[in-house]
Amino acid sequence: MYTEKVMDHFEHPRNVGELENPSGMGTVGNAKCGDIMRIYLDIDDNQIIRDVKFKTFGCGAAVATSSMATELVKGKSVQEAMEVTNKAVCEALDGLPPVKVHCSLLAEEAIRAALWDYAEKTGAVIQGLKRPKNDISEHEEEEEY
Amino acid sequence: MNEIIYLDNAATTKTSQPVVEAMLPYFSQYYGNPSSVYSFSNYGKEAITKARGQIAHVLGANPEEIYFTAGGSEADNWAIIATAEAYQDKGKHIITSKIEHHAVLHTCQYLEKRGFEVTYLDVDESGTVDLAQLRESIRPDTILITIMFANNEIGTIQPVKEIGKIARERGVLFHTDAVQAFCHIPIRVDELPVDMLSASGHKFNGPKGIGFLYIRKGIKTKSFIHGGAQERKRRAGTENLPGIVGIGKAAEMAEETLKERQEKETGLRDYLIDRIMEEVPYVRLNGDRINRLPNNVNLAFQFIEGESLLIMLDMAGICGSSGSACTSGSLDPSHVLLAIGLPHEIAHGSLRLTLSEENTMEEMDYVVEKIKDIVKRLRDMSPLYEDYIKKH
Repeated sequence: MYTEKVMDHFEHPRNVGELENPSGMGTVGNAKCGDIMRIYLDIDDNQIIRDVKFKTFGCGAAVATSSMATELVKGKSVQEAMEVTNKAVCEALDGLPPVKVHCSLLAEEAIRAALWDYAEKTGAVIQGLKRPKNDISEHEEEEEY
Repeated sequence: MNEIIYLDNAATTKTSQPVVEAMLPYFSQYYGNPSSVYSFSNYGKEAITKARGQIAHVLGANPEEIYFTAGGSEADNWAIIATAEAYQDKGKHIITSKIEHHAVLHTCQYLEKRGFEVTYLDVDESGTVDLAQLRESIRPDTILITIMFANNEIGTIQPVKEIGKIARERGVLFHTDAVQAFCHIPIRVDELPVDMLSASGHKFNGPKGIGFLYIRKGIKTKSFIHGGAQERKRRAGTENLPGIVGIGKAAEMAEETLKERQEKETGLRDYLIDRIMEEVPYVRLNGDRINRLPNNVNLAFQFIEGESLLIMLDMAGICGSSGSACTSGSLDPSHVLLAIGLPHEIAHGSLRLTLSEENTMEEMDYVVEKIKDIVKRLRDMSPLYEDYIKKH
């Protein structure tokens, strides 16, 4: 069902964990749908992503796309990180099953949500960055348990 | 220990060797069409009669009340659609439950689009149908109650006798989908007020592609597959001779071993449940603790997602299943887990392990150890767990 690369990133996910005092943090998705991704970014004064960590609640594809997305943005400038789109993540993993493509979208959104958080805190300008639409806090109120 | 630990016997079972051997001559040796006139076809006719007798014996039915189908789904479709059509002059109301298999639920939805009304009964936290609600739901135009014998996901056994009694009192037909229960727990229609019952061969070590519908004598139901005069003109199509021989043999063998199998599976089941519940934090058992199928274990692990869990179990050689959305291709987790009141995010973390008599205690120990490792690994990766730990 999954490519070798997806399985590799699922079995040996890169950059799992948290960062203390991150430059930016973004959480997207919601538990109701079964996917939550959280990305932590450590960004230096030259706007280079020095370190990145993630935590994900979700299926194999969700874990693999988070892992791949962190690899793709590490060492890049915040502007270059905008090029890490769902398509780029998908291609880097040699593709995803059609029903799992939304996972790669979530990875893109998680990166952008973390960049947004960084931009808000520092006033940095990142071309093309929009307010994250899928932030988890927006969903919490709607949920009825 | 086996290379693969197969714990998905509710999905399908291994066709047992004696069943395969019983079937083999009916492919190339006694292949004659049972409907033919020449004596060569008698082998087939006799084999079908024997198999029908074997099923009837296990079920406490008359052989002429057993109709072979291509499986459980066909039997469910037949029982519901043909009964609805046959009795629509009396009324167009059907009662079922929220936790039925899709073969029943989607068939009911199909009928709703064609002018029938369907009441979907609630279940309580254990997954048991509410009998009071059932009584209240019966109307003068109710023609059928269809409620499963035991649930395929959480293993809860329904109060079939009470349901049947209520149906009888109110003059409503009662069909039960016994696909998960038949040959796993004792079921006798001479002791139960059941009018129709579906079962499937591959759920009890028989072959795939064969099942049956029991229709109590005197019930007027229509034909569902139209064509030739097979199955007393009620189910057309050249008989699946090897399949019929196989399901008959499997039922006969299952009857012989029923008691010891039940005991062994229940022992393994309870051991697995008890160890996991004791050794893994933030876990809950889905379904009724006592009133459940002997081979069913269904647990929800908080903060993790089922598909990830399944893939990691697979890497450890363990076959299980989950009610997570990611395993169903939809955004919603299993309708059964939602019906028993699980929040979405907990339902996503469900794991179903369904045992067979071939499993061992040694395997259960291995499975527990693997589950402990995997659940910890996934929780360490989970933002939900991180948030929970920070808050508590």
